[in-house]
Amino acid sequence: MTATFWIIIAGAVVTYLTRVGGHLVLSRFERIHPRVEAGLNAVPAAVLTTLVAPAATTGGVAEWAALAVAGFVALRGNLIVMVASGAAVLILLRNTL
Amino acid sequence: MTSRSVQEFFEGVKSSAPVVIASAPFGILFGVVAVQNGLSIGEAALMSATVFAGASQLVGLELFGQSIPAWIVVLSIFAVNFRHVLYSAALSRHVMHWTPVKRAMGFFFLTDPQFGEAERRSNGEGKGLTFSWYLGMALPIYVFWTAEGAVGAAFGNLIPDPHKIGLDFLLPIYFLGLVMDFRDRPLWLPIVAMSSVASVIAYNTVGSPWHVSIGAIAGVLLAAAIVPVRKGVSQ
Repeated sequence: MTATFWIIIAGAVVTYLTRVGGHLVLSRFERIHPRVEAGLNAVPAAVLTTLVAPAATTGGVAEWAALAVAGFVALRGNLIVMVASGAAVLILLRNTL
Repeated sequence: MTSRSVQEFFEGVKSSAPVVIASAPFGILFGVVAVQNGLSIGEAALMSATVFAGASQLVGLELFGQSIPAWIVVLSIFAVNFRHVLYSAALSRHVMHWTPVKRAMGFFFLTDPQFGEAERRSNGEGKGLTFSWYLGMALPIYVFWTAEGAVGAAFGNLIPDPHKIGLDFLLPIYFLGLVMDFRDRPLWLPIVAMSSVASVIAYNTVGSPWHVSIGAIAGVLLAAAIVPVRKGVSQ
Protein backbone atom coordinates (compact mmCIF):
# COMPACT_ATOMS: atom_id res chain seq x y z
CA MET A 1 0.00 0.00 0.00
CA THR A 2 1.19 3.51 -0.80
CA ALA A 3 1.84 6.31 1.69
CA THR A 4 -1.22 8.12 0.28
CA PHE A 5 -3.42 5.17 1.21
CA TRP A 6 -2.22 5.20 4.81
CA ILE A 7 -2.59 8.98 5.14
CA ILE A 8 -6.19 8.64 3.93
CA ILE A 9 -6.88 5.89 6.47
CA ALA A 10 -5.26 7.86 9.30
CA GLY A 11 -7.27 10.94 8.28
CA ALA A 12 -10.42 8.82 8.38
CA VAL A 13 -9.59 7.52 11.86
CA VAL A 14 -8.98 10.98 13.38
CA THR A 15 -12.16 12.26 11.70
CA TYR A 16 -14.17 9.42 13.22
CA LEU A 17 -12.63 10.20 16.62
CA THR A 18 -13.91 13.81 16.39
CA ARG A 19 -17.38 12.51 15.48
CA VAL A 20 -17.62 10.02 18.31
CA GLY A 21 -15.41 11.83 20.85
CA GLY A 22 -17.92 14.35 22.19
CA HIS A 23 -20.41 11.55 22.74
CA LEU A 24 -17.87 9.33 24.53
CA VAL A 25 -17.00 12.15 26.93
CA LEU A 26 -20.56 13.28 27.56
CA SER A 27 -22.04 9.80 28.03
CA ARG A 28 -19.83 9.31 31.11
CA PHE A 29 -21.85 11.91 33.01
CA GLU A 30 -25.25 11.07 34.43
CA ARG A 31 -26.25 14.67 35.04
CA ILE A 32 -25.41 17.59 32.86
CA HIS A 33 -24.75 20.95 34.47
CA PRO A 34 -27.18 23.65 33.26
CA ARG A 35 -24.31 25.72 31.88
CA VAL A 36 -23.03 22.74 29.88
CA GLU A 37 -26.59 22.13 28.72
CA ALA A 38 -26.91 25.76 27.61
CA GLY A 39 -23.56 25.52 25.83
CA LEU A 40 -24.62 22.35 24.00
CA ASN A 41 -27.92 23.97 22.98
CA ALA A 42 -25.86 26.78 21.47
CA VAL A 43 -23.75 24.41 19.31
CA PRO A 44 -25.89 24.40 16.14
CA ALA A 45 -26.22 28.18 15.85
CA ALA A 46 -22.62 28.79 16.97
CA VAL A 47 -20.88 26.32 14.63
CA LEU A 48 -23.10 26.76 11.58
CA THR A 49 -22.72 30.55 11.84
CA THR A 50 -18.95 30.23 11.47
CA LEU A 51 -19.49 28.41 8.16
CA VAL A 52 -21.48 31.38 6.82
CA ALA A 53 -20.00 34.59 8.29
CA PRO A 54 -16.46 34.57 6.78
CA ALA A 55 -17.88 33.46 3.40
CA ALA A 56 -20.30 36.39 3.58
CA THR A 57 -17.63 38.97 4.45
CA THR A 58 -15.33 37.85 1.64
CA GLY A 59 -18.18 37.89 -0.90
CA GLY A 60 -19.41 40.77 -3.04
CA VAL A 61 -22.81 42.27 -3.87
CA ALA A 62 -24.10 39.08 -5.53
CA GLU A 63 -23.23 36.97 -2.48
CA TRP A 64 -24.71 39.47 -0.01
CA ALA A 65 -27.93 39.76 -2.01
CA ALA A 66 -28.21 35.96 -2.23
CA LEU A 67 -27.78 35.58 1.54
CA ALA A 68 -30.23 38.41 2.28
CA VAL A 69 -32.93 36.93 0.04
CA ALA A 70 -32.28 33.40 1.33
CA GLY A 71 -32.36 34.61 4.93
CA PHE A 72 -35.70 36.32 4.32
CA VAL A 73 -37.18 33.28 2.57
CA ALA A 74 -35.99 31.11 5.49
CA LEU A 75 -38.47 32.95 7.73
CA ARG A 76 -41.33 31.45 5.72
CA GLY A 77 -40.33 28.71 3.29
CA ASN A 78 -38.60 25.36 3.66
CA LEU A 79 -34.90 24.69 3.02
CA ILE A 80 -35.22 23.68 -0.64
CA VAL A 81 -37.19 26.84 -1.54
CA MET A 82 -34.67 28.87 0.40
CA VAL A 83 -31.56 27.38 -1.24
CA ALA A 84 -33.20 27.64 -4.67
CA SER A 85 -34.14 31.32 -4.26
CA GLY A 86 -30.70 32.22 -2.91
CA ALA A 87 -29.03 30.37 -5.80
CA ALA A 88 -31.31 32.07 -8.35
CA VAL A 89 -30.38 35.55 -7.06
CA LEU A 90 -26.70 34.60 -6.99
CA ILE A 91 -26.61 33.23 -10.55
CA LEU A 92 -28.59 36.17 -11.90
CA LEU A 93 -26.34 38.80 -10.29
CA ARG A 94 -23.07 37.02 -11.07
CA ASN A 95 -23.99 36.91 -14.74
CA THR A 96 -25.34 40.46 -15.00
CA LEU A 97 -23.26 42.64 -12.67
CA MET B 1 -38.46 -3.03 9.88
CA THR B 2 -41.89 -1.95 11.02
CA SER B 3 -43.99 0.29 8.79
CA ARG B 4 -43.32 3.12 11.23
CA SER B 5 -39.57 2.85 10.80
CA VAL B 6 -39.96 2.57 7.02
CA GLN B 7 -41.91 5.82 7.12
CA GLU B 8 -39.24 7.40 9.33
CA PHE B 9 -36.52 6.21 6.93
CA PHE B 10 -38.19 7.87 3.96
CA GLU B 11 -38.74 11.08 5.89
CA GLY B 12 -34.97 11.02 6.42
CA VAL B 13 -34.43 10.48 2.69
CA LYS B 14 -36.59 13.55 2.09
CA SER B 15 -34.45 15.62 4.46
CA SER B 16 -31.35 14.55 2.55
CA ALA B 17 -32.54 15.99 -0.79
CA PRO B 18 -31.41 19.62 -0.38
CA VAL B 19 -28.09 18.42 1.05
CA VAL B 20 -27.46 16.03 -1.84
CA ILE B 21 -28.12 18.89 -4.28
CA ALA B 22 -26.12 21.56 -2.44
CA SER B 23 -23.11 19.33 -1.76
CA ALA B 24 -22.90 17.74 -5.23
CA PRO B 25 -20.59 20.42 -6.69
CA PHE B 26 -18.19 19.91 -3.79
CA GLY B 27 -18.26 16.14 -4.08
CA ILE B 28 -17.31 16.43 -7.74
CA LEU B 29 -14.85 19.26 -7.14
CA PHE B 30 -13.05 17.07 -4.62
CA GLY B 31 -12.58 14.33 -7.24
CA VAL B 32 -11.30 16.84 -9.79
CA VAL B 33 -8.76 18.35 -7.39
CA ALA B 34 -7.78 14.88 -6.15
CA VAL B 35 -6.52 13.66 -9.53
CA GLN B 36 -4.83 17.01 -10.14
CA ASN B 37 -2.91 16.36 -6.90
CA GLY B 38 -1.82 12.90 -7.98
CA LEU B 39 -4.44 10.65 -6.39
CA SER B 40 -5.89 7.76 -8.39
CA ILE B 41 -9.64 7.49 -8.99
CA GLY B 42 -9.75 4.70 -6.40
CA GLU B 43 -7.90 6.78 -3.80
CA ALA B 44 -10.24 9.74 -4.39
CA ALA B 45 -13.28 7.51 -3.87
CA LEU B 46 -11.64 5.88 -0.83
CA MET B 47 -11.04 9.26 0.79
CA SER B 48 -14.64 10.39 0.21
CA ALA B 49 -15.93 7.06 1.54
CA THR B 50 -13.78 6.92 4.68
CA VAL B 51 -13.16 10.55 5.71
CA PHE B 52 -16.57 11.79 4.47
CA ALA B 53 -15.95 15.45 5.37
CA GLY B 54 -15.56 17.80 2.43
CA ALA B 55 -13.51 20.71 3.73
CA SER B 56 -10.96 18.48 5.45
CA GLN B 57 -10.63 16.32 2.33
CA LEU B 58 -9.72 19.38 0.25
CA VAL B 59 -7.24 20.57 2.88
CA GLY B 60 -5.68 17.10 2.92
CA LEU B 61 -5.28 17.17 -0.86
CA GLU B 62 -3.60 20.52 -0.77
CA LEU B 63 -0.92 19.11 1.52
CA PHE B 64 -0.49 15.77 -0.28
CA GLY B 65 1.26 17.39 -3.22
CA GLN B 66 3.90 19.12 -1.10
CA SER B 67 6.73 17.46 0.76
CA ILE B 68 5.01 17.70 4.13
CA PRO B 69 5.34 14.99 6.81
CA ALA B 70 2.37 12.64 6.90
CA TRP B 71 1.52 13.44 10.51
CA ILE B 72 1.05 17.13 9.66
CA VAL B 73 -1.41 16.20 6.92
CA VAL B 74 -3.34 14.04 9.39
CA LEU B 75 -3.20 16.77 12.07
CA SER B 76 -4.59 19.32 9.59
CA ILE B 77 -7.50 17.01 8.76
CA PHE B 78 -8.11 16.68 12.50
CA ALA B 79 -8.04 20.47 12.96
CA VAL B 80 -10.58 21.08 10.20
CA ASN B 81 -12.86 18.40 11.64
CA PHE B 82 -12.55 19.42 15.27
CA ARG B 83 -15.99 21.07 15.26
CA HIS B 84 -17.52 17.58 15.10
CA VAL B 85 -16.56 17.08 18.76
CA LEU B 86 -19.14 19.76 19.61
CA TYR B 87 -21.76 18.17 17.33
CA SER B 88 -21.07 14.80 18.88
CA ALA B 89 -21.46 16.09 22.44
CA ALA B 90 -24.65 18.00 21.62
CA LEU B 91 -26.27 15.09 19.76
CA SER B 92 -25.22 12.66 22.48
CA ARG B 93 -28.26 13.64 24.57
CA HIS B 94 -30.68 12.56 21.83
CA VAL B 95 -29.25 9.14 20.94
CA MET B 96 -28.88 7.46 24.32
CA HIS B 97 -31.84 5.19 23.47
CA TRP B 98 -29.98 3.73 20.46
CA THR B 99 -27.94 0.53 20.92
CA PRO B 100 -24.14 1.03 21.17
CA VAL B 101 -23.66 -0.46 17.68
CA LYS B 102 -26.19 1.96 16.20
CA ARG B 103 -24.48 4.84 17.99
CA ALA B 104 -21.02 3.76 16.78
CA MET B 105 -22.41 3.62 13.25
CA GLY B 106 -24.49 6.77 13.47
CA PHE B 107 -21.65 9.01 14.58
CA PHE B 108 -19.64 8.04 11.49
CA PHE B 109 -22.24 9.89 9.38
CA LEU B 110 -22.27 13.05 11.54
CA THR B 111 -21.76 15.77 8.90
CA ASP B 112 -22.74 19.44 9.34
CA PRO B 113 -26.18 19.12 7.72
CA GLN B 114 -26.79 15.74 9.36
CA PHE B 115 -26.20 17.35 12.75
CA GLY B 116 -28.33 20.41 11.97
CA GLU B 117 -31.33 18.38 10.83
CA ALA B 118 -30.95 15.81 13.63
CA GLU B 119 -30.87 18.52 16.30
CA ARG B 120 -33.91 20.18 14.78
CA ARG B 121 -35.77 16.88 14.72
CA SER B 122 -34.76 16.00 18.29
CA ASN B 123 -36.17 19.13 19.87
CA GLY B 124 -38.21 21.30 17.59
CA GLU B 125 -40.79 18.93 16.21
CA GLY B 126 -41.20 16.77 19.29
CA LYS B 127 -40.99 13.47 17.44
CA GLY B 128 -37.72 12.24 18.91
CA LEU B 129 -34.73 11.09 16.93
CA THR B 130 -35.03 7.58 15.46
CA PHE B 131 -32.15 5.60 13.97
CA SER B 132 -34.33 4.90 10.90
CA TRP B 133 -34.76 8.59 10.17
CA TYR B 134 -31.06 9.26 10.82
CA LEU B 135 -29.95 6.52 8.43
CA GLY B 136 -32.54 7.61 5.85
CA MET B 137 -30.91 11.02 5.77
CA ALA B 138 -27.30 9.79 6.00
CA LEU B 139 -27.22 7.04 3.37
CA PRO B 140 -28.19 9.08 0.26
CA ILE B 141 -25.72 11.81 1.27
CA TYR B 142 -22.98 9.22 1.77
CA VAL B 143 -23.63 7.25 -1.43
CA PHE B 144 -23.82 10.39 -3.60
CA TRP B 145 -20.76 11.92 -1.93
CA THR B 146 -18.61 8.85 -2.57
CA ALA B 147 -19.87 8.45 -6.14
CA GLU B 148 -19.26 12.15 -6.85
CA GLY B 149 -15.65 11.81 -5.71
CA ALA B 150 -15.13 9.01 -8.21
CA VAL B 151 -17.04 10.81 -11.01
CA GLY B 152 -15.11 14.04 -10.46
CA ALA B 153 -11.84 12.13 -10.57
CA ALA B 154 -12.81 10.30 -13.78
CA PHE B 155 -14.41 13.16 -15.72
CA GLY B 156 -12.79 16.20 -14.10
CA ASN B 157 -12.22 18.14 -17.27
CA LEU B 158 -15.86 18.27 -18.37
CA ILE B 159 -17.08 20.63 -15.61
CA PRO B 160 -18.13 24.11 -16.78
CA ASP B 161 -17.07 27.23 -14.85
CA PRO B 162 -18.52 26.50 -11.39
CA HIS B 163 -18.33 30.17 -10.34
CA LYS B 164 -20.67 31.38 -13.13
CA ILE B 165 -23.41 28.95 -12.15
CA GLY B 166 -23.06 29.78 -8.45
CA LEU B 167 -22.02 26.32 -7.29
CA ASP B 168 -19.29 27.48 -4.93
CA PHE B 169 -21.70 29.44 -2.75
CA LEU B 170 -24.55 26.92 -2.35
CA LEU B 171 -23.33 25.51 0.95
CA PRO B 172 -23.05 28.86 2.79
CA ILE B 173 -26.64 29.58 1.66
CA TYR B 174 -27.78 26.19 2.93
CA PHE B 175 -25.97 26.65 6.26
CA LEU B 176 -27.60 30.06 6.68
CA GLY B 177 -30.95 28.28 6.35
CA LEU B 178 -29.98 25.87 9.13
CA VAL B 179 -28.85 28.77 11.36
CA MET B 180 -32.24 30.45 10.79
CA ASP B 181 -34.03 27.25 11.74
CA PHE B 182 -32.69 27.52 15.28
CA ARG B 183 -33.95 31.07 15.82
CA ASP B 184 -36.51 29.94 18.43
CA ARG B 185 -33.80 28.69 20.77
CA PRO B 186 -32.86 30.76 23.82
CA LEU B 187 -30.06 33.29 23.28
CA TRP B 188 -30.06 32.65 19.51
CA LEU B 189 -29.27 36.22 18.45
CA PRO B 190 -26.41 36.88 20.91
CA ILE B 191 -24.88 33.49 20.01
CA VAL B 192 -25.07 34.14 16.27
CA ALA B 193 -23.67 37.66 16.73
CA MET B 194 -20.83 36.41 18.93
CA SER B 195 -19.89 33.52 16.64
CA SER B 196 -20.06 35.74 13.54
CA VAL B 197 -17.75 38.38 14.96
CA ALA B 198 -15.34 35.87 16.51
CA SER B 199 -15.13 33.72 13.36
CA VAL B 200 -14.57 36.70 11.06
CA ILE B 201 -11.84 38.07 13.33
CA ALA B 202 -10.23 34.62 13.60
CA TYR B 203 -10.52 34.11 9.84
CA ASN B 204 -8.59 37.32 9.21
CA THR B 205 -5.98 36.79 11.93
CA VAL B 206 -5.36 33.15 12.87
CA GLY B 207 -6.69 31.95 9.53
CA SER B 208 -8.70 29.00 8.24
CA PRO B 209 -9.66 26.38 9.47
CA TRP B 210 -9.26 27.61 13.04
CA HIS B 211 -11.91 30.30 12.62
CA VAL B 212 -14.58 27.57 12.79
CA SER B 213 -13.52 26.19 16.17
CA ILE B 214 -12.71 29.62 17.60
CA GLY B 215 -15.99 31.19 16.46
CA ALA B 216 -18.00 28.19 17.64
CA ILE B 217 -16.38 28.04 21.08
CA ALA B 218 -16.96 31.80 21.53
CA GLY B 219 -20.70 31.34 20.93
CA VAL B 220 -20.93 28.25 23.15
CA LEU B 221 -19.06 29.94 26.02
CA LEU B 222 -21.27 33.01 25.74
CA ALA B 223 -24.39 30.84 26.07
CA ALA B 224 -22.92 28.94 29.03
CA ALA B 225 -21.89 32.18 30.74
CA ILE B 226 -25.15 34.12 30.46
CA VAL B 227 -27.71 31.37 31.02
CA PRO B 228 -29.52 31.97 34.31
CA VAL B 229 -28.58 29.15 36.67
CA ARG B 230 -30.69 28.57 39.77
CA LYS B 231 -28.92 26.71 42.50
CA GLY B 232 -29.69 23.00 42.65
CA VAL B 233 -32.21 23.14 39.85
CA SER B 234 -31.50 21.42 36.58
CA GLN B 235 -33.83 21.07 33.64
